[in-house]
Amino acid sequence: MILRLEHVSKSFRGLRAVKGASFELTEGHVNALIGPNGAGKTTIFNLIAGVYAPDSGTIVFQGKRIDGLRPDQICAAGIGRTFQIVKPFAGLSVLDNVMVGAFLKEKAPPGAKRVSLEILAKLGLDSKRNLPASSLTLPDRKRLEVARALATRPRLLLLDEVMAGLRPTECDQMVAVFREINRADGLTILLIEHVMRAVMALAGHIGVLHHGEVIARGTPEEVVRNPAVLECYLGEETEV
Amino acid sequence: MIGRLLEGVPRRGLAMLAALLVLLIVFPFFASGYLLAVGFLILYFAYVGQAWNIMMGFAGQLSLGHSLYVGLGAYAAAALYVHFGISPWIGLGASIALCALAGAVIGFLAFRFGVGGVYFAILTIAFAEFARIGFDHFAWVRGSSGLFLPVANYTENDLWNLRGSPAMFYYVMLALTAAAFVLCHALLRSRMGYYWLAIRESPEAAQALGVNIFRYKMYAVVLSAAMTSLAGVVFAFYYNNLFPEQIFHISRSIELILGPIIGGIGTLVGPLVGALLLTGLAEGMRELMLQLGVEVPGVKQVFYGICLLLVVMFLPNGVWPPLARKLKL
Repeated sequence: MILRLEHVSKSFRGLRAVKGASFELTEGHVNALIGPNGAGKTTIFNLIAGVYAPDSGTIVFQGKRIDGLRPDQICAAGIGRTFQIVKPFAGLSVLDNVMVGAFLKEKAPPGAKRVSLEILAKLGLDSKRNLPASSLTLPDRKRLEVARALATRPRLLLLDEVMAGLRPTECDQMVAVFREINRADGLTILLIEHVMRAVMALAGHIGVLHHGEVIARGTPEEVVRNPAVLECYLGEETEV
Repeated sequence: MIGRLLEGVPRRGLAMLAALLVLLIVFPFFASGYLLAVGFLILYFAYVGQAWNIMMGFAGQLSLGHSLYVGLGAYAAAALYVHFGISPWIGLGASIALCALAGAVIGFLAFRFGVGGVYFAILTIAFAEFARIGFDHFAWVRGSSGLFLPVANYTENDLWNLRGSPAMFYYVMLALTAAAFVLCHALLRSRMGYYWLAIRESPEAAQALGVNIFRYKMYAVVLSAAMTSLAGVVFAFYYNNLFPEQIFHISRSIELILGPIIGGIGTLVGPLVGALLLTGLAEGMRELMLQLGVEVPGVKQVFYGICLLLVVMFLPNGVWPPLARKLKL
């Protein structure tokens, strides 16, 4: 077990965004967190990534408590993340963006550059490496988010809606990239996703969040048959 | 080491830099006393602009109180020389330490408590103002009546005590400017440089990639302050008089950031180009007015204002980026 959340809660001015959420991720698996808008998915991400400290509950990563640590400490511990609203270093080139991430493990510029070029190739961004990040299209910016996070050599990767806004073929390419990374490096992935096509194709385990609570957990097949899930969320999406 | 510094620098750029350096080195042999003074000022502003650029241009932290570091650096070395006859080359150790400490205190107060943007800028102004008012009543350095360095007619340059001809000061300033340029170039290519730019572009994203933003912002402030203090030391020994009302004044802080803003914030060459344009043109205009026999007080300030206006309107990234494209650099 690589990550464990125990009874984690977080309120914003009285609004309880996450209520006693508990779940664990098995090392090497691809996991998805789904739920309707406002269910608390991004809040859970931000709690794991250290943007907020939980009001109560504990978060344990690789046997160590990480709740209350700063985002940079959590990244250094081995958790990489992307942002739902992409935050490229707009004035820097694509390569330089990724190098910032690579510098976490590779202190010298040549090494960081080598690692970054490998990752850019993996994500199909190598031909755009010298362009300023501000000139990229949205799908490329999403890829850049992933490339930067991967460059920190994480053991757990948090993906916050990286498929949103991608065309189905682009989405499938992305899925293939994550499958490959998961298979080759044994990287554990936790994704928040609305695009069920990607969730079903990637995730071995799904947690369903509703009003800040985990209401169902299991394999994709189990989850989509769960009446509680159907009621709150998947009820309309009959094609799934 | 040198090979890595030069890696990726275009040949043309290198050739132009070498030509510029040669030009600057031979300049005192041909320049009149007045032109030499202008040359010194240009180098002075290029140097402090470069130092300020580390904080604002690289790490994205706006300081409007850099006169604090100029003043503290100047006063520390000058007071040690006046009171104890200590050489400025030793005294500058005290200047650097004092300014690094001042930068660290301001940085700590701001970054620990999440003060950023304009509020940080206001904090830097406040500290410069504290110093201005405090030094007015600081008897050991003669308060508001000013600290004067002993002056005599020097037959030869005493580099050890920084007593001598304007040409000597010009070369000292040139060495500092060149060293700052090389240092900033190396920094920009280092891990620290990348981290600074990342913090400037998006602190949240930088932090998510493992950057301890507090620490790297502190490095930027402390380094910028320490570098600026050296300009203060040279300033003190060049002008031989220090008044708190002048050296700590906010107009001095503004004056020194105009160069990099007009030249191009965050670029290496911007502070040089900005200092050359601003000081060169301002002095040229003053000379022209003198020749014409018109005397308008405050014309330099108006000129600075117009330059700033034009750059903000037409070249928001400064003069250097489009110029670099024209020169194919």
